[in-house]
Amino acid sequence: MNLLWLIMICVSIVFAIFTGNLEAFTKSIFEGAKSAVEVSLYLLGIVSVWMGITKILEDSGLIYRIAHLFKPLICRLFKNIPDDHPPITAITLNVLANLFGLGNAATPLGIKAMQDLDALNEDKGTITPEMMTFIVINTASIQLIPFSVIGILANYGHRNPAAVVFPVLIATGISTLTALLVLAAFRKIFR
Amino acid sequence: MIESFEYISLLIIPLFILFTVLYGTFKKIRVYDSFIAGAKEGPAIILKIFPYLLTIFVAIKGFQASGAFDTIRDAFYRLFGFLDIPIEAVSMGIIKPLSGSASTAFFVDIVKTTGVDSMATQMSAVIMGSAETTFYVLAVYLGAVGIRKTRYLVPVCLIADFIGIVVAVAVTRCFF
Repeated sequence: MNLLWLIMICVSIVFAIFTGNLEAFTKSIFEGAKSAVEVSLYLLGIVSVWMGITKILEDSGLIYRIAHLFKPLICRLFKNIPDDHPPITAITLNVLANLFGLGNAATPLGIKAMQDLDALNEDKGTITPEMMTFIVINTASIQLIPFSVIGILANYGHRNPAAVVFPVLIATGISTLTALLVLAAFRKIFR
Repeated sequence: MIESFEYISLLIIPLFILFTVLYGTFKKIRVYDSFIAGAKEGPAIILKIFPYLLTIFVAIKGFQASGAFDTIRDAFYRLFGFLDIPIEAVSMGIIKPLSGSASTAFFVDIVKTTGVDSMATQMSAVIMGSAETTFYVLAVYLGAVGIRKTRYLVPVCLIADFIGIVVAVAVTRCFF
């Protein structure tokens, strides 16, 4: 992350100097700060709501029941999670929310999953293989039906906007699988 | 078919919340107090995430505004010119991992300028649907638990993004 950020900042400033976009660049820094505040405020609301809901899941013990139910599926991808543990539930709910395109639920539940995974982390501050698998699944995007895209296409008079569903499904399926394969390959190399 | 699926999507969260509070009550939990105890954790989490989000957003906005983005896009366009990929789709492939709102605005722009049935629109639609805003996900999820050592996660995500876009382009070619 450090290297990536350093490259982005340096490349941007060098380009800004040579293309005469210095003013725009400086302005954009503060725009970036502003949108970080806006997104954080938005997240503050939805994350708190989902923390409230998942707390009820925890207090009632439902979180362990759901974990037990989905253990066979989730533990195939995440090997080092103990049986019936909370991360299984959070990961399951996050994946379901992603599949159904429920963005407002997917991110907070993903945060919850990361916290639950971190509870199992012995070396705090360093990422675990389970966290990596989880993040890679999330960055690869596993949506069944892209409602927002269909909505925009329909808005501009596409005859059959739903035609995009099948290609998206195939593309997202292949890319999620390859993402997991790339991760597995890196894991072999860097072990 | 799509309509009924959309309806199910709308139903999931309300039904899930209903089931959760009923189950909690059945287990003799004071659901109101539990919800508050959970919601109390929200601000602390966001405080943790905020600096990560700010740092990545500043870099992304600067990258777009400095002209570096346009130059890199043109370079990719020329590099893969022999594949005859519309420049709009190339841009979409680079914008999507960086910013969700920017890619949505850009997609609307593509639909307006090239028409709903153009190759650029179809290809961008598949990219929009099948790719995720990688940098945002990384900032939020890593920030939430304060991960500093990410090991090989970032290169894996970037390679996966690149493959994902190549796949999206190939799949669009097969279908349209």
